[in-house]
Amino acid sequence: MLDVFIFATLNGLVTGLLLFMLASGLTLIFSMMGVLNFAHASFYMLGAYFAYSISLYFGFWTGLIFAPLIVGVLGAFVERYGLRRVHQAGHVAELVFTFGLAFLIEEAVQFFWGPGTKNYQQPELLDFPLFTLFGQEFPAYRGFMIGISITIFIGLYYLLTRSRIGIIIQAAITHPKTVANLGHNVPLIFMGVFGVGTALAGVAGVIAGPVLTTFPGMAVVLGSIVFVIVVIGGLGSLAGAFIASLLIGLLQSYAIASDVGVPDLLNLLGLEFARDHPLTDLWTMTLPQIAPILPFLLLVLVLIFRPTGLLGKREQ
Amino acid sequence: MLEVADLHAYYGKSHILQGVSFQVQEGEIVSLLGRNGVGRSTTIKTIMGEVEPHGSIRFKGEEIAGKKSFEIANLGIGYVPENRDIFPTLTVRQNLQLGLKSMRQEGRWNLEEVFSMFPNLAERADVVGGVLSGGEQQMLCMCRTLMGDPDMIMIDEPTEGLAPKIVAQVANLLQEIAKRGVAILLVEQKLNIALKISHRLYVMGHGQVIYEGTPDSLMQADAVRAEWLEV
Repeated sequence: MLDVFIFATLNGLVTGLLLFMLASGLTLIFSMMGVLNFAHASFYMLGAYFAYSISLYFGFWTGLIFAPLIVGVLGAFVERYGLRRVHQAGHVAELVFTFGLAFLIEEAVQFFWGPGTKNYQQPELLDFPLFTLFGQEFPAYRGFMIGISITIFIGLYYLLTRSRIGIIIQAAITHPKTVANLGHNVPLIFMGVFGVGTALAGVAGVIAGPVLTTFPGMAVVLGSIVFVIVVIGGLGSLAGAFIASLLIGLLQSYAIASDVGVPDLLNLLGLEFARDHPLTDLWTMTLPQIAPILPFLLLVLVLIFRPTGLLGKREQ
Repeated sequence: MLEVADLHAYYGKSHILQGVSFQVQEGEIVSLLGRNGVGRSTTIKTIMGEVEPHGSIRFKGEEIAGKKSFEIANLGIGYVPENRDIFPTLTVRQNLQLGLKSMRQEGRWNLEEVFSMFPNLAERADVVGGVLSGGEQQMLCMCRTLMGDPDMIMIDEPTEGLAPKIVAQVANLLQEIAKRGVAILLVEQKLNIALKISHRLYVMGHGQVIYEGTPDSLMQADAVRAEWLEV
């Protein structure tokens, strides 16, 4: 039992931190521009694909460095020549733009890399068990994922709260005109943050690609959950996104690792249903089966009981 | 230093500035006076690039009409808005650091000097700006602009809502700023402050400059004061 709990916690941590890498960029971009970037997970997918292609020639580590850089530059380009122009037409136009961009990137990925799954492998250097506990091995690559996610989280935290550029970003989010009047180029700052946000999504793609498989639907799979996270955490709240990411990562991991379901609950209540009952599927449902929909159930609960999200502020 | 000639500005279809012309020389304190709604704040917002200008605005010989706000600020114009706009979640120190145009900047003002001039701000250096009093916020906002080492600052109603003691402090600070060679364009409704510290004054009415003179000449111009300034 303890071994299941420990490994479920570690796996939940891996998923949660990975989700945070995506959610942090999305949250930063939302805070500044007031628009949810529907194409954000597509940059995550691009990170995985660029890293796959680079790794074929130069190895995994070169991909880890250059793929996020390429994705970041691409993201900055999209902000400068796409979103900034569309911004004048309002938030609806921005949403439609990012929505269209997501489709465009998915089609482009299929066009250039094909519809199939890519054989993107984790590096041989990390292909060993980090430790063995209760007879179960914990892969070093997953430890690496935790390490890189925490490093980025700490780096981002210090960048935003301790550095001069972080202070300018914080101020530009709430008072862009005042910051511009002090001589800071706010559009350039926004472009930079958009680039860094998409680069973070790219890093997530690079390290998740070998584990979660690299295929053209990977953006759709994770994209919807990332939106759930930013809403649960509270739109625009980085700390909220962090808590929500870990919450969902752990929730899903515990659900998958658990061995309980409706039959156990019914047994506990002393109830029993016939095998040929029309609702048999419902009576025999297990927690691992419903794990994928748990984030959405949590979203519904949060929207009912705390519509602003865990750490979100009520709009004035 | 600043030459504004035949400046027009619009809010939608409303013609707010209707050919404003005036000048500010180096180290001078110039006040823009007038009742509410005559276009004083719009004038400085237009100079700062927040409102689209139609006409000529020259600063240190360079045409700045049409430039972006951050470019105008980097040319040496500081702006202290009426609503102060301090960053409430950042500390006093961080608010001041935001005024620096770069970390290597060395100008007429630095953090130590600002703190020695305003011990209140020094004591509260690590307190977030949102909890400061109105007077402290005004001082912080002015000092933040000074940290960028501007050659001219435009200040919109700096004494609005402040206690008489703080108003006197603000007036002293403005004179100290001018002594260091920084020109000041002051938008003020309190006539006594403007008369006390200004070198020259302009009175605005209906989006135009309708009077230009010195504090002494304005004191003699009873008709102008009665028609355009007194309530």
